[in-house]
Amino acid sequence: MLLTIDWLLIIEKLVLIVVVVLVALGIAMYSTWAERKVAAVMQDRKGPTRAGPFGLLQPVADGIKLFFKEEIIPNTSNKFLFVLGPMLAMMTAMLTSAVIPWGNKIELFGRTIDLQIADVNIGILFIFGVVSLGVYGIMIGGWASNNKFSLMAAIRGASQMISYELAMGIAIIALMFITGTLSLKGIVEQQMNHTWNIIYQPIGFLVFFVCALAECNRTPFDLPEAENELNFGYHQEYSSMKLGFYLFAEYINMFISGVVMATLFFGGYDLPFLNEATLSPNIAALIGVLALFGKAIFFVLVFMWIRWTIPRFRYDQLMNLGWKGLLPLALVNMLVTAAVVLWLNK
Amino acid sequence: MQALTTRAKQVDRKPMTLAEKIYLPAIFKGMAITFSHIFKKKATISYPEQKRPFSPVFRGLHVLNRDAEGRENCTACGLCAVACPAEAITMEAAERQPGEEHLYREEKYAAKYEINMLRCIFCGLCEEACPKDAIYLSETFAPSNYNRASFIYGKEELVIPHPKENPDAYKKALGNRAKKN
Repeated sequence: MLLTIDWLLIIEKLVLIVVVVLVALGIAMYSTWAERKVAAVMQDRKGPTRAGPFGLLQPVADGIKLFFKEEIIPNTSNKFLFVLGPMLAMMTAMLTSAVIPWGNKIELFGRTIDLQIADVNIGILFIFGVVSLGVYGIMIGGWASNNKFSLMAAIRGASQMISYELAMGIAIIALMFITGTLSLKGIVEQQMNHTWNIIYQPIGFLVFFVCALAECNRTPFDLPEAENELNFGYHQEYSSMKLGFYLFAEYINMFISGVVMATLFFGGYDLPFLNEATLSPNIAALIGVLALFGKAIFFVLVFMWIRWTIPRFRYDQLMNLGWKGLLPLALVNMLVTAAVVLWLNK
Repeated sequence: MQALTTRAKQVDRKPMTLAEKIYLPAIFKGMAITFSHIFKKKATISYPEQKRPFSPVFRGLHVLNRDAEGRENCTACGLCAVACPAEAITMEAAERQPGEEHLYREEKYAAKYEINMLRCIFCGLCEEACPKDAIYLSETFAPSNYNRASFIYGKEELVIPHPKENPDAYKKALGNRAKKN
């Protein structure tokens, strides 16, 4: 029985998991640096410059600082849930990376290795499921803090997630009409052979993008952590690395949603005007990985650019936009797409 | 009703137009503005390496002056301490002994001269009160420190470097505010 298991496959997947987790953590670290730099240049400042060249060691210093800070657990809090909150936030942020195709196949030691941890045929549904679990990190953290502001932030976060997930899901359904598959790998391969989905689904992408901002709790939808009205919201009572986990989870979520947008609408690891068949598979895969990272980082930068440009929505405006703006728009988009697909297939 | 000022404006309460309702045009306009700021000149001054120029009337740390031969001007008359509204200056006078003529310009000198930089309000009244041009305010400010005691500046910190033994440091410490003697 044991002999029939492909041990090399397990090792290969484990290595891939470790690499993906480490890269995601590294990207999250340097997102904090990039956020401060983006904020600085948009406000005519310089941002961090002291730690290392261009302040590149700043995230390392911040990380060390967070680890050495005093760990405070409020004595009126529910300790088990209080510790569980940041763990859940971090875990759900990381889990989504499991089904993302990071690149095409590479050949190493005579084995063909797929640069995807799991090619699930319901990849998008998996991502949706895990992303909606992400609200538990916020909810549990806010509830366990036993603090009015944290609880209010948690409730805001939950209702915001529910409102925007709907429109997001419908935008994806319209995309599914065109691709006909839920596997992320399949979607990317279709886009490599034809054109990118953004051409067919510009409105779907717009809805998805706005909802992604809301799901990541980014400005203008950062009501759960509204600094000036809720005093940092659900992670107000957190300190030390538990706070760090919440902040990290937010940046990882941003990066992952950038990757998902690139995969669904911008061809994933496809670099346009390049015939991958002419290159050796390893180099082609490497170029593909770099292309995917470039696209994802571009989206992260756009997220930051938006954050430092526009103010936060008021709560009723947020709900109006979600239920009366995005949801009908997504529904119309879905109906039109369905009609066109039906008419073309007849 | 008559407006109180000429700047009063009627509040615009028109319902939002479609372009305003979908927010996107305004958001893109805002993003173009923030993007243009990437190429603007940075307002930051990287402090220890770069310093912003002070105005010529800036009143900074005090300097106890010497004359051209390097003798201390101060005669410990106490007028600066009397003039000081914050009572930051204390001093003890001593008589010049024979053989100390190269150190002190007149028969009496300040054996101890202390300014508490935490009390000082840098008003410059000591400088105005001084009949001997012995004290004036320079163009540097008090650096930060860890304990209060180190903000009480004695003669070691206040007296200007010797103009003959250390002419460069003397010139630098003299600055532009001292009356030329």
